[in-house]
Amino acid sequence: MVTEAAVHTDAVHTDIAAALAAIPDPELPVVSIVDLGMIHRLEVGSDGIRVTVLPTFIGCPALEIIRDSIAQGLAGFGRPVDVQTSFEVPWTSDRITPAGRAALAAVGIAPPTASADVRCPWCASAQVVMDSAFGPTQCRSLFYCRACRQPFEALKQV
Amino acid sequence: MTPTSANADADAVIATPIAPPVAGLTDLLLSMADDEFVIGFSDSEWTGIAPILEEDIAMSSLAQDELGHAAALYDLLATIAGGDRDAIAYDREPHDYRHARLLDHGRGDWAMTIARRYLYETADAVRLTALVDGSWAPLADLVGKIRREERYHLMHIGTWLERLARAHGEPRDRLLAALTILGPDAATVFTPQEDEAALLAAGIVTRPIADQERDWRNDIEPTLRGLDLPIPPLPHDPERGRSDHGEAFRWLHGEFTMVRRGDPGATW
Repeated sequence: MVTEAAVHTDAVHTDIAAALAAIPDPELPVVSIVDLGMIHRLEVGSDGIRVTVLPTFIGCPALEIIRDSIAQGLAGFGRPVDVQTSFEVPWTSDRITPAGRAALAAVGIAPPTASADVRCPWCASAQVVMDSAFGPTQCRSLFYCRACRQPFEALKQV
Repeated sequence: MTPTSANADADAVIATPIAPPVAGLTDLLLSMADDEFVIGFSDSEWTGIAPILEEDIAMSSLAQDELGHAAALYDLLATIAGGDRDAIAYDREPHDYRHARLLDHGRGDWAMTIARRYLYETADAVRLTALVDGSWAPLADLVGKIRREERYHLMHIGTWLERLARAHGEPRDRLLAALTILGPDAATVFTPQEDEAALLAAGIVTRPIADQERDWRNDIEPTLRGLDLPIPPLPHDPERGRSDHGEAFRWLHGEFTMVRRGDPGATW
């Protein structure tokens, strides 16, 4: 285990954080795992790197891919990489950064909010209806916009 | 830093919790995990054949959530009892599974699926409430996360129950038939647990099972009365609510162990 003193004092820490921020989510590749709020802790020691990830949904099949992506993305730092998952704090949709929300909206996925407040990511209308709470992945719901008559997806608020 | 290097523990979802030596914890985790596994697997049978496309997606998503919960609970069990989640999930004989008999009736028609899920989800919600403030953090944290997902399940299944109950003719008739079959087994989710007193004393569970059952009845009875649906009776044999699984489960067990038995020890 990395001691507290070792955390954040290593000059390479910033580079490692930047490398993490470049790793896309496999199911929503326009957003990085950092912008999705999945990184709970990054510990950098001279003898290794430990990344603690918060699963968005418990049974999310993308988790194994994310684990491998982190190991590969940080391999260049020449230290052992340990990826852990934790429920110590729950991942919630509030953890998505403003940049992450903007990137989702840009590809037509409404950022998470209470169902009553969902707006169409294409035309910003509030005249939307939920077709189904369940969508193509565990984290998404299906909506329809009555104003521009486009279907769209919204991230579930959890 | 411990030299765990890249993914020494790649399959574990839970990061090395320290287990308290409390009797009954194994049985509690196994019961919960088996419940989620069996209902998740049963409902995954609708994938591709649900009545409408949105429901096909919804039921598949619900099933995926439950299998995820089961996997995380089996992982937690493995940290205190040994083995790994796949071995626990797949390498037991049918009579060793500890799920509630409510889940033993086969998939049935859509009304059976909705009735079973309504009875199970409402009971599971009460059980989770009795665990979320528990003293063992690895379980309490996981339960906190599970509840956030189950909220969507409760909303969805409540809507369907009402939809079938308020429809005249065949939908309502089928729902009534399903509740008649499932009703006597509904409370088996609250089957008395081995060493429950130890779990309560340790604060891992914060409400006795008998009280949980009462909470559940208080929760569902107004809904069922409002829809003029029958109230589940008391179970015939409460002590055996998580055993004697019967033919429908033996068939399901054959299905979900088929690949595993086909190539034991295979790496995926």
